[in-house]
Amino acid sequence: MTTRADGAAPEDPRVGLLREMTRMRLFEERCVELYSAAKIRGFLHVGIGEEAVAVGVSAALAPADPVVSTYREHGHALARGVPMDSLMAEMYGRATGCSGGRGGSMHLFDADRRFYGGNAIVAGGLPLAIGLALADAMRGTGAVTTCFFGDGAYAEGEFHECANLAALWHLPVVLACENNLYAMGTAIERAQAETDLALRASSYGMAAWAVDGMDVVAVAEAARRAVDHVRGGGGPVFLELRTYRFRAHSMYDPERYRDKAEVERWRERDPIDALVARLLEEGALDEAALERIRADALAEVDRSVESAEAAPLEPVEELTRHVYAEQGGRS
Amino acid sequence: MRDALRRDDRVFLMGEDVGRYGGCFAVSLGLLEEFGPERIRDTPLSEAAFVGAGIGAAIAGMRPIVEIMTVNFSLLALDQILNNAATLRHMSGGQVGVPLVIRMTTGAGRQLAAQHSHSLEGWYAHIPGLKILAPATLEDARGMLWTALEDPDPVLIFEHGSLYNDRGTIAADAGPVEIGHAALRRPGSDVTLVCYGGTLPATMAAAATLAAQGVDAEVVDLRTLRPLDEETIFASVRRTHRCVVVDEGWRSGSLSAEISARLVEQCFFDLDAPVERVCSAEVPMPYARHLEEAALPREETIVAAARRTVG
Ligand SMILES: Cc1ncc(C[n+]2csc(CCOP(=O)(O)OP(=O)(O)O)c2C)c(N)n1
Repeated sequence: MTTRADGAAPEDPRVGLLREMTRMRLFEERCVELYSAAKIRGFLHVGIGEEAVAVGVSAALAPADPVVSTYREHGHALARGVPMDSLMAEMYGRATGCSGGRGGSMHLFDADRRFYGGNAIVAGGLPLAIGLALADAMRGTGAVTTCFFGDGAYAEGEFHECANLAALWHLPVVLACENNLYAMGTAIERAQAETDLALRASSYGMAAWAVDGMDVVAVAEAARRAVDHVRGGGGPVFLELRTYRFRAHSMYDPERYRDKAEVERWRERDPIDALVARLLEEGALDEAALERIRADALAEVDRSVESAEAAPLEPVEELTRHVYAEQGGRS
Repeated sequence: MRDALRRDDRVFLMGEDVGRYGGCFAVSLGLLEEFGPERIRDTPLSEAAFVGAGIGAAIAGMRPIVEIMTVNFSLLALDQILNNAATLRHMSGGQVGVPLVIRMTTGAGRQLAAQHSHSLEGWYAHIPGLKILAPATLEDARGMLWTALEDPDPVLIFEHGSLYNDRGTIAADAGPVEIGHAALRRPGSDVTLVCYGGTLPATMAAAATLAAQGVDAEVVDLRTLRPLDEETIFASVRRTHRCVVVDEGWRSGSLSAEISARLVEQCFFDLDAPVERVCSAEVPMPYARHLEEAALPREETIVAAARRTVG
């Protein structure tokens, strides 16, 4: 805890987690509205309900630690410090978007912040993460790569090939599995012969444990432990983060495969509400501070929409750029 | 599909979210209720495994229809498709055939960005041992499946994403569609427009626009990309003496390149103008609508190409 210049009581670090989760929730709720208003197109997958995972894991990472994510990555990007303006502009397909309007919701990139997408091929990011970790290991940078992926991805061969390589080569990587119990419409027990994912991962010879993914404090602690383990030379860690998505898989999903009562039961464990209740009860937060957090996040979302609306489109003449490296481009 | 499942109890459907979810494009909605989970089989996200399993089941006498959500994800199963489905008959000296149907979505136009938008059917058409179909109409989508299931070899059906919104009634007597032949969708005498799948609507629109401008275009819908019905293309070009090939794949190494090469090989002296090609820009498909539109073949670009051939 840091002492503040104005002499006020130091802020509880959990308030910072709440702030991040609130930003993520309000950003995504706005994206859903903008999608319905046809401002955002393509596929949109929101992580509403899963905020504690994105925020808790990201809180354990240093700025130089690479992150690889999926198509449900708005929260990972925000929590990694990718500016909301550039994310919203990308959702709008504008030239000022973090991927120059070429990626959209599923392909957010910010190489300066070592955020390497935004991968829409299920499990496709895992080999990249292994390579990033390999490079950091070979160069001795001490960085730890984190790869987010879903329980669905766990069934792909790529996951198992990567788990093996990570353990075999003792790579500095955290495999962060967001187990939200569904892969599109397929419930985990209908897709995995053994649903204890951490147990199976441990058979590759790596540390593996499961965490309550609705409790941001628990996630942050587990992620801190995982990152310390990896940075300390302990080899890869598999984290199974047990969470739930409150919304449909994507904006196209009619959600015929699960009943409303199940969703309602999980909504009672809303990670944001749960943290707020805890902080208020413990007196670590008061209503005024809570209101400020919400108002600040809302204002930030409003600003990002305004700037995206005003942002220019990439000129059509630039269509064929960024297929190969340009003078001054990245190698 | 419903028909096929009723007619032949060796037929079953297998793929991601084909059952409980109703199919990611609602193609298989209601099938699970009618045929049960044995025959409408949801699979985990394991493209290589379930496509390979389809090959195995086909060898053993079943008639699997394997659905892959999109052509992009079929790349995870490419090893099984190329190294097993396409090659087993030949490698085994004719002992082992693979009567398998694989269906998948292809194409762009819905702002889904690079990992969900490509048209790779031309790649598959490169592979001996496979038959490659690309229906552009409702009748074909239905009739081709019928024929494909009766085929003793692996047949891949590429359904363009933009065609799923087509809805209509199919004549009660609509039946199997012969899969070896291209279809003449519009007769014309000035220029041949060759297209397939998702590019048929834009090509027909271009033909109408051209007609208003006094250019009479003939539209050939390939329907089958492998084996290619070159006779229909050649016969048309011998009448019109000009050709524009419309292909949503990239120009380099594309199906359009193959067709134009064959025209040069076999119809060189019939041609009054160089063969024109309208393809996708050589970029991974961008998300932003205006960039995606600029990258794709569309009515105006087809019209412009046709006009160049007629001078
Ligand atoms: C290789 C591949 N197959 C299929 C798909 C289609 N698809 C997109 S998301 C998804 C479900 C993935 O579930 P999971 O990994 O659990 O992640 P979640 O969406 O739950 O976060 C599927 C089947 C895809 N994108 N890539």
